[in-house]
Amino acid sequence: MTPYLSLSIWVPIVAGLAVLVVGRDRDAAFARWIALAGAVAGFLVTIPLYAHFDTSTSAMQFVEYASWIPRFGIHYHLGVDGISVLFILLNSLMTVLVVWAGWEVITTRVAQYMAAFLIMSGLVNGVFCALDGILFYVYFEAMLIPMYLIIGVWGGPNRVYAAMKFFLYTLLGSLLMLVALIYLYSVSESFEILQWYKVPLEMGAQIPLWIAFFLAFAVKVPMWPVHTWLPDAHVEAPTGGSVVLAAITLKIGAYGFVRFILPILPDASRLLSGFVIALSLIAVIYIGFVALAQSDMKKLIAYSSISHMGFVTLGFFLYSQLGVEGALAQMLSHGFVSAAMFLCVGVMYDRMHSRRIADYGGVVNTMPKFAAFMMLFAMANAGLPGTSGFVGEFLVILAAVKANFWLGFAAAVTLILGAAYTLWMYKRVIFGPVANVNVAKLTDIGRREFWLLAVLAVAVLGMGIWPRPFIDVMHVSVADLLQTVARSKL
Amino acid sequence: MPTELNALAALPEIVVLTAAASILLIDLFVPDDRRHVSYWLTQLALLVAVCVTLTTLRLDSVTAYHGLVIDDMLADFLRIACFLAVSLILFYSRSYLVARGMFRGEVFVLMLFALLGMQVMITGNNLLTLYLGLELMSLSLYALVASRRDDARSTEAAMKYFVLGALASGMLLYGMSMIYGTTGSLDLGRVAHAIFARQGSPALLTLGLVFVVAGLAFKLAVVPFHMWVPDVYEGAPTPITVLIGTAPKIAAFAMALRLLSTGLQGASFDWQGMLIVLSVLSMVLGNLIAISQTNIKRMLAYSTIANMGYMLLGLLTANRYGYSAAMFYVVTYALTSLASFGVVMLLSRHGFESDRLDDFKGLNQRSPWWAFIMLLVMFSLAGLPPTVGFYAKFMVIEAAVSDGFVWLAVIAVMTSLIGAFYYLRIVKLMYFDEPVETLPIVVRGDTQLVLSVNGLLLLLLGILPQQLIGLCAIALTQSNFP
Repeated sequence: MTPYLSLSIWVPIVAGLAVLVVGRDRDAAFARWIALAGAVAGFLVTIPLYAHFDTSTSAMQFVEYASWIPRFGIHYHLGVDGISVLFILLNSLMTVLVVWAGWEVITTRVAQYMAAFLIMSGLVNGVFCALDGILFYVYFEAMLIPMYLIIGVWGGPNRVYAAMKFFLYTLLGSLLMLVALIYLYSVSESFEILQWYKVPLEMGAQIPLWIAFFLAFAVKVPMWPVHTWLPDAHVEAPTGGSVVLAAITLKIGAYGFVRFILPILPDASRLLSGFVIALSLIAVIYIGFVALAQSDMKKLIAYSSISHMGFVTLGFFLYSQLGVEGALAQMLSHGFVSAAMFLCVGVMYDRMHSRRIADYGGVVNTMPKFAAFMMLFAMANAGLPGTSGFVGEFLVILAAVKANFWLGFAAAVTLILGAAYTLWMYKRVIFGPVANVNVAKLTDIGRREFWLLAVLAVAVLGMGIWPRPFIDVMHVSVADLLQTVARSKL
Repeated sequence: MPTELNALAALPEIVVLTAAASILLIDLFVPDDRRHVSYWLTQLALLVAVCVTLTTLRLDSVTAYHGLVIDDMLADFLRIACFLAVSLILFYSRSYLVARGMFRGEVFVLMLFALLGMQVMITGNNLLTLYLGLELMSLSLYALVASRRDDARSTEAAMKYFVLGALASGMLLYGMSMIYGTTGSLDLGRVAHAIFARQGSPALLTLGLVFVVAGLAFKLAVVPFHMWVPDVYEGAPTPITVLIGTAPKIAAFAMALRLLSTGLQGASFDWQGMLIVLSVLSMVLGNLIAISQTNIKRMLAYSTIANMGYMLLGLLTANRYGYSAAMFYVVTYALTSLASFGVVMLLSRHGFESDRLDDFKGLNQRSPWWAFIMLLVMFSLAGLPPTVGFYAKFMVIEAAVSDGFVWLAVIAVMTSLIGAFYYLRIVKLMYFDEPVETLPIVVRGDTQLVLSVNGLLLLLLGILPQQLIGLCAIALTQSNFP
């Protein structure tokens, strides 16, 4: 059997190293082409994961198992189920897009830039398919290094502050998780994640473990009130960095909830579910208002990301098939939509070197094709039916209403808020008369930018109109997850 | 009392002693412009010592010279680590020594004598042997620190090192004399036996233990016995700084293991408490003070202090798993530390030390390769995967957690978060800032090769650590530690 999972991890990493070795700053084109070839190859090897995926079982598929550090029983154990497989595809696709997006925009240290994204991509795939606690942790932490460099080297004026804050915030959470992983090892004599699903744990142990895991993943999601690194990181990062941050790394936090917190600590999760739901609603509503007040486009989208991710955590802790599936669908959709929104801002920033909403106005007059694309993505961000944004939000709201009417009501407020901040921004930037001479001089998107946005537009519309291929993959695994969560460990 | 002589058990020591004495003589007849003959002879001696140790590798443990020394797998492993460390230091420091007129026979000979002292510390099985090894090492190091006698900072550092070092040796010897007084023996096996049989006065034993631990803490450079470290690190010539910071730490670890585990395991409850205090203080203070440093040597000095605190986490569990974790920690720390100072020396040139943090600005633009190596070093020191530093921290934390010290593990990870800040700052300087210095970096070919291998080893061992972890576990199992 072909080790597709190992390939999905190592093809991008090896390609990244190759770019580092052969890429010279003098011959940037060469580095770009190798990087693109590596990214495309990395995406192609993940296609069989979907094509050969068996949707009738919740067991791990494409499993690879080898001894790694026998002294601690650590294994190189990979596998995917319906929950994780789609994120590997999403990530590999995004890598192709960000390499492409940085094609003409990045002119300094091109080889290092491309290599950082490729290596990052391999590590993220590792996070999604690792079934060994330490293997997961290694990918989870190692991923910080390329991202730190991406923000710090190619970022905006305040990049050093943003990079440091990003790194230390994330590290704070994950270090406590390391202690939790080691504690689980000391009670179960194993680092197998699936083994931990069965280990009985006292409530006295579950609560501290829950806090440790929660901190690690809540920072990553990010949930209110540990979200403050995200606006900084997004604003300072180059466009590609923002895309990967929003589309991929935020998903890792949410993925941690379903892979670790819910099944390993079911009783603590149930006990504290009210707490998480409260934090999620604060994220959805309060951060929605914060987004409304932003004058920087990237910051606005960053806050909108936090608000949308609040939906995801809300969906998980409703403990229903609809809620969890909705949350997962929301994660995928947010991956496409936020990536597209950041690319749109990137397109404008490359021309105007400004992200301030006030500097724009009437862009539709000079960039009609671009305005059409951005219209679609803005609608998806607002959750318009027919776009991918609608699917997840609708399912989660449905699940929330079933659980409690007022909960559903509060969650539904976000549809209004989301529409308000996204469309208001769209109106101010795109519509109206041409605001100034700079806007008048804008040129419409070129062929590269067109196809970049077209790919995402197809994904957003496709998932919005016919979400079944996505939901079907998750169905059995989610049902199994809910059964695991329903069993008490006390 | 074992009566056999077993002279060959100390063959690596004999090799190093012979080499040191011969090089001392040969160097007299080597003209100044051919000093590299002494240099290569020293390297050859180290290579021979490694080969001899490998061929006489023992899987069991044997005492020799009537029980004065012990030869086991632990000793062989740590001896080889020390040989390699000294050899790497010589490779890295050649240009530095030449540029500063320190490329002299005395330096090599003193390094070999210091090495001999470390070997005796590693193999000692008797309170006096251990003490003699420690003194041999320390006296050589004092002289080496002062080897630039016209440099005020060097002399001051040497003075400080000597006075405080002598005080620590005195404390250690005082403690040993009390242990001797209450157990009636200098032999570690017999000391252990007497303690288990509850002979002698427990109060005197505890008092002796306090002094012994204080003496060891000084050599390991842990808080509150760390005052000398930053000044000596900063003042000493960089090759001597790295010598102090690497191989002697391995030897001090071995000596602590022999004394505390082989000899004083019966009193482990007492020393466990002391080591917890030392460990927590070192992790917290070392990492906090390192943040405010502007000199890379001082920063690395505080980093050493913090790292020794983490190492103690393994030692204080008082079981074999913890010891093997501490051993892995100290060996990989030495490897990482060697690479860090290797890069520092690489950047320094004639009359220019490059020991300020600002000297690292924009290194990625001056030389992407050395910036990458330094990046690996910094992430390894911070304990981030995929570098070997992660497994070092992972193992000591695992040892602490499985021994029930979850709170210690939490302190350890929280302080390593503080540590991450100042290691990241170096990465920031190298990658995010513009260079202030634009002169190209000129490096000897052999230095380049060895330093590159050293740096990449941090990554390789971070991806495939199982062999080294296994080796550390076996070394302690075969050596009959409790």
